[in-house]
Amino acid sequence: MLDYITSYLSSNTTPGESGNVFWALVYIMVVFGGISVAVMAMNWLERKALAHFQIRLGPMRVGPHGLLQPIADAIKLMTKEDIIPAEADKFVFWIAPLIILCASFAVYIVVPFGPTHAITDLNIGVLFMLGVSSLSVLGVVMAGWASNSHYPLIGALRSSAQMVSYEVAMGMAVVSAILMTSLHGLGPYGVSAASSGTGTLSMIGIVQAQNEQHVWFLFKFFPLGFIAFGIFAIAMVAETNRAPFDLPEAESELTAGFHTEYSGLRWSLFMLGEYAAMIAVSSIAVTLWLGGWYRPFPNSLTGDTWDLVFSLFPGLVFLGLAAIAFLGVRRMPKHPYFRVQTIGLAGFGAVLGLIGLILFVPPVRDRIQDIFWFVAKVAGFMYLYIWYRATFPRYRFDQLMKVGWKVLLPIGIGVLILTAILGVVL
Amino acid sequence: MQQAVQPGMQPVATTFFFYLLSGFTLLSGVFVITRKSPVHSALALIFGLLSQAGLYLMLYAPFVAGVQIILYAGGIMVLFLFVIMLVNLERSQREEQFNGQWVVGLLAAIALGGLFMTVYVKGKSLFPYRIAQPVENTNTQQIGLMLYGQYMFAFEIASLLLLVAIIGAVVMAKKRI
Amino acid sequence: MAPIGTLHYLVVAAALFILGVIGVLTRRNVVIILMSIELILNAVNLNLVAFSRLWGLHGQVFAIFVITDAAAEAAVGLGILIAFFRNKETVNVDEIDLLKW
Repeated sequence: MLDYITSYLSSNTTPGESGNVFWALVYIMVVFGGISVAVMAMNWLERKALAHFQIRLGPMRVGPHGLLQPIADAIKLMTKEDIIPAEADKFVFWIAPLIILCASFAVYIVVPFGPTHAITDLNIGVLFMLGVSSLSVLGVVMAGWASNSHYPLIGALRSSAQMVSYEVAMGMAVVSAILMTSLHGLGPYGVSAASSGTGTLSMIGIVQAQNEQHVWFLFKFFPLGFIAFGIFAIAMVAETNRAPFDLPEAESELTAGFHTEYSGLRWSLFMLGEYAAMIAVSSIAVTLWLGGWYRPFPNSLTGDTWDLVFSLFPGLVFLGLAAIAFLGVRRMPKHPYFRVQTIGLAGFGAVLGLIGLILFVPPVRDRIQDIFWFVAKVAGFMYLYIWYRATFPRYRFDQLMKVGWKVLLPIGIGVLILTAILGVVL
Repeated sequence: MQQAVQPGMQPVATTFFFYLLSGFTLLSGVFVITRKSPVHSALALIFGLLSQAGLYLMLYAPFVAGVQIILYAGGIMVLFLFVIMLVNLERSQREEQFNGQWVVGLLAAIALGGLFMTVYVKGKSLFPYRIAQPVENTNTQQIGLMLYGQYMFAFEIASLLLLVAIIGAVVMAKKRI
Repeated sequence: MAPIGTLHYLVVAAALFILGVIGVLTRRNVVIILMSIELILNAVNLNLVAFSRLWGLHGQVFAIFVITDAAAEAAVGLGILIAFFRNKETVNVDEIDLLKW
């Protein structure tokens, strides 16, 4: 029994490959916990960042600089009254948020945090990801219908029409990236004579193909990889109903769209599903175009010194965050009312500094590399989401559908055809 | 549950998962034909399609499983749900949902069941009891090669069929033709 | 329990087919009849893929074509339903009898 558990640690595979159920469950729990913490952090970051974009401060009261605000929100939502509309279909009303949640979280089965740090590596990883993320449309439609009221119904129909339209564009962009995995040449335009290789649909395989070709697919066949990435980046924002494509759930337009009639814990499930879907499609974009878990320049800046330099990044990032926290401590008002908050912020800064110091220790440093670079890239995408929300005005629904079908889809098909031609001709 | 520790896609707990998944599929089939509300039937059908994708995975057909989830559960059922919401009248819910032809249904079921049983018993030699294990890693590639090689003509015809269906659906559902 | 062979999958497919046929014959709502037809098509697909495990990948390719055709048929069928629903506000099959003598 014990050596069933430890035999996995010496093998160099994902738990799915080695058929080890215990470690698969452990990985699932870790990913689930990680994503939940990430969603709470994202909630805080969104409110603070939006506030600072709009030259105001955001939540400052609950914890030091509003750090405990997500916890207060969670407590509020959990203690709210659970209202079900009178004529609503109870079973469908109950199951709709669960479908969105399960569909968003099921994508994480194939997301690779490292060469063996995935829950499993399906042969059809990309296909699975596309299919499961399209199941959240069903949840949206059912949520709108089950509320038995006009605004949710219109919001649900609009939202699901938007999601289905942008899924097509996403699929085209993804297929372009898959085409690039079958090439053998090095560098942005390298194809090589032996390029009758087989491509792969597995997520780990795509990242390794990027490593073997010594180039991120973002820069492959420049500008084709860039355009495909751009299409995916726009489509993924529309797919998750975020600004500037958030007409179906904008408050001034449709009084919160398909989740109008949901309150309390059910509404928080919708939010959890939406943020989890955001992180999931960002992970997909990072895996397909941005080189996954590899540090920047793994092939041009090689050697032990460069490896050492790049491996100091995680610790330095956390030490930087701790320094910012201590700066905030210095700027706190010196009033006895703020004593608890000052101590709290100092404690938070100390914890961050401690994590940074732990990340300097060599054994930890070696293992944390892949996960750190992957999470850093996904965090960049999360910040971009918040930036879009602060900056862009909202699309009107017919403009939204026009962009999806008349602009993104033809460009996507064009990129696909050009990638295929370049892959054969070059 | 029997475990497999060697790498490669070996089946884990095949018997348990087969009975579980096929039980879900058949149960959802029963719910599709017996529920009064069409939305509940659609939900049951979605669940059945997803468990059928699981059955395809057990049959070493990962690509067909992926296509089933994307197209059937994620595409066709969304279409069904849209149309159900458009044509769902309160009045029609209170009408009688079953016509009185359950006798015909039962007779058809018995006749078909008898036919299937006869075929399976008589034709036992056609499906030997050995369990072949096709290679799973290259499934997508081989299907791709077959689709674009041997079945190229059928592929093109299927794409034309989809074009015709798109045009037909748009014409049918337009307000003024 | 016997190891799961092809016959097990065929029996499941046959049961699904029978359920679909009963659904088509006994329901009045057109949408549910169309969903029962999807059940029938799924039973056929399961049969094809079960046999493809023994006799090569042709079954899986044909199953993909069947899924594609099911999509086309569902789209056109539901389009016809919507067009009919606009004329006569019912989805009851027994009331679609404009061409009856």
